[in-house]
Amino acid sequence: MATAVLALQGAFEEHERALADVGEASFELRSAADLARPFDRLVLPGGESTVQGKLLREEGLLSPLRERIAAGMPVLGTCAGLILLARAVEGDGSRKSAPDAAQTGPWIGTLDVVVKRNAYGRQLGSFHTEGQLGDLAHVPMTFIRAPFVASAGPAVDVLATVDGRAVAVRQGAQIGLAFHPELDADRRIHKSFAKL
Amino acid sequence: MAETPQNPEERARLNRELAQMLKGGVIMDVTTPEQARIAEEAGAAAVMALERIPADIRAAGGVSRMSDPKMIKGIQEAVSIPVMAKCRIGHFVEAQVLQAIDIDYIDESEVLSPADDVYHIDKTAFAVPFVCGARNLGEALRRIAEGASMIRTKGEPGTGDVVQAVSHMRLINAEIRHVQSLRADELFEEAKRLEVPVGLVRYVHQHGKLPVVNFAAGGVATPADAALMMQLGAEGVFVGSGIFKSGNPAKRARAIVGAVTNYRDPQVIAELSEDLGEAMVGINKDEIDLLMAERGK
Repeated sequence: MATAVLALQGAFEEHERALADVGEASFELRSAADLARPFDRLVLPGGESTVQGKLLREEGLLSPLRERIAAGMPVLGTCAGLILLARAVEGDGSRKSAPDAAQTGPWIGTLDVVVKRNAYGRQLGSFHTEGQLGDLAHVPMTFIRAPFVASAGPAVDVLATVDGRAVAVRQGAQIGLAFHPELDADRRIHKSFAKL
Repeated sequence: MAETPQNPEERARLNRELAQMLKGGVIMDVTTPEQARIAEEAGAAAVMALERIPADIRAAGGVSRMSDPKMIKGIQEAVSIPVMAKCRIGHFVEAQVLQAIDIDYIDESEVLSPADDVYHIDKTAFAVPFVCGARNLGEALRRIAEGASMIRTKGEPGTGDVVQAVSHMRLINAEIRHVQSLRADELFEEAKRLEVPVGLVRYVHQHGKLPVVNFAAGGVATPADAALMMQLGAEGVFVGSGIFKSGNPAKRARAIVGAVTNYRDPQVIAELSEDLGEAMVGINKDEIDLLMAERGK
């Protein structure tokens, strides 16, 4: 079987390369018609969550993916992908007008966390670091206008923190990362995801 | 904020990576917070804040400069997606001002009047990322050598005529294929011919692409225009005058976003192209005196 990589917008090719590096077949999920192709896991890539969330709805992908994830299909969400998975989404507080709910999420909503968008500020707040993630030591972590997990429910394990903030979480077969493992050469995260 | 390691190489990498996150997206010119909200709701991956869109800059004539920082801040407060803004070619103080207001991306743009007819900005001196226009591989690699972390075609802004964006994208890609076809010992001469550092020519030779993301810009007015640029190899699209100079901006903006996502699906593009109302009134490049693409080589 293969991994479907959501390919509506963002850095999906980088995930496809990372999966190929660990010997995992993948294909691009662009529309509801692609749901007919067999896949047993899903990657939600980085990009702009407002764009991806809107297109998920319009392409008729939101409910089918939510059902499969709720039924236990392994999913890896990175940055925007984490935001799409979150039960609730907080803004960064800079926006003065009240946007409508379609833009602020939640979208898939299966991961019991509250995620704060643009939590480190604008592009000048983007940074790279390294840290422990579960059993993995020295994992490179690239944060691009990144979110963090503001709070997590009881079924959620926090796998990694940066400056006391949760940046990697797991609930069953759902893995949410605030950073971008697909942008670094380290393939350990994709390797363990492919085994889930 | 976490340990913000700001050594220049790491910063350059983070800036190129932000452009990677914009791939497959549409970046829209907006002049007011209201337009910015319409763009975000329509699915823009980022907005370009400017006082006048290129079509109006053309109409007004005179000298066109960086926008009022207050106006840009108003747009930053209106949306959560990245906000870009333009500075004049070579005007490094306008760029310093934009960095000071925490802009996400600076477009050192030929749409504004150039401030320097010889030198571009040394973009390696900035923490904030830059996107620059290019008509050919030499221009693209020179801008990258100066520190640009994203490239776009110049096209011909404010015309609603896609012909220049098409020819620039085709030329850049044809030149990339040419570089790939060379022997390793021919790359030095190619670097001399292109007037760029040989290291960048080697990168293109090995990878068959630019070392940064390459978007289309300048004259995109319809969903089919946007999909055309994607099929020609653009990694995303800038739409300037095409949206807010048209009859139904919100609908056209949504349609262009949909066309970029589904750029290989003519059925979807057909549906998206229905009932969009009036497209911007185009002007042909032969009818205009000012070719913005001639600025900054």
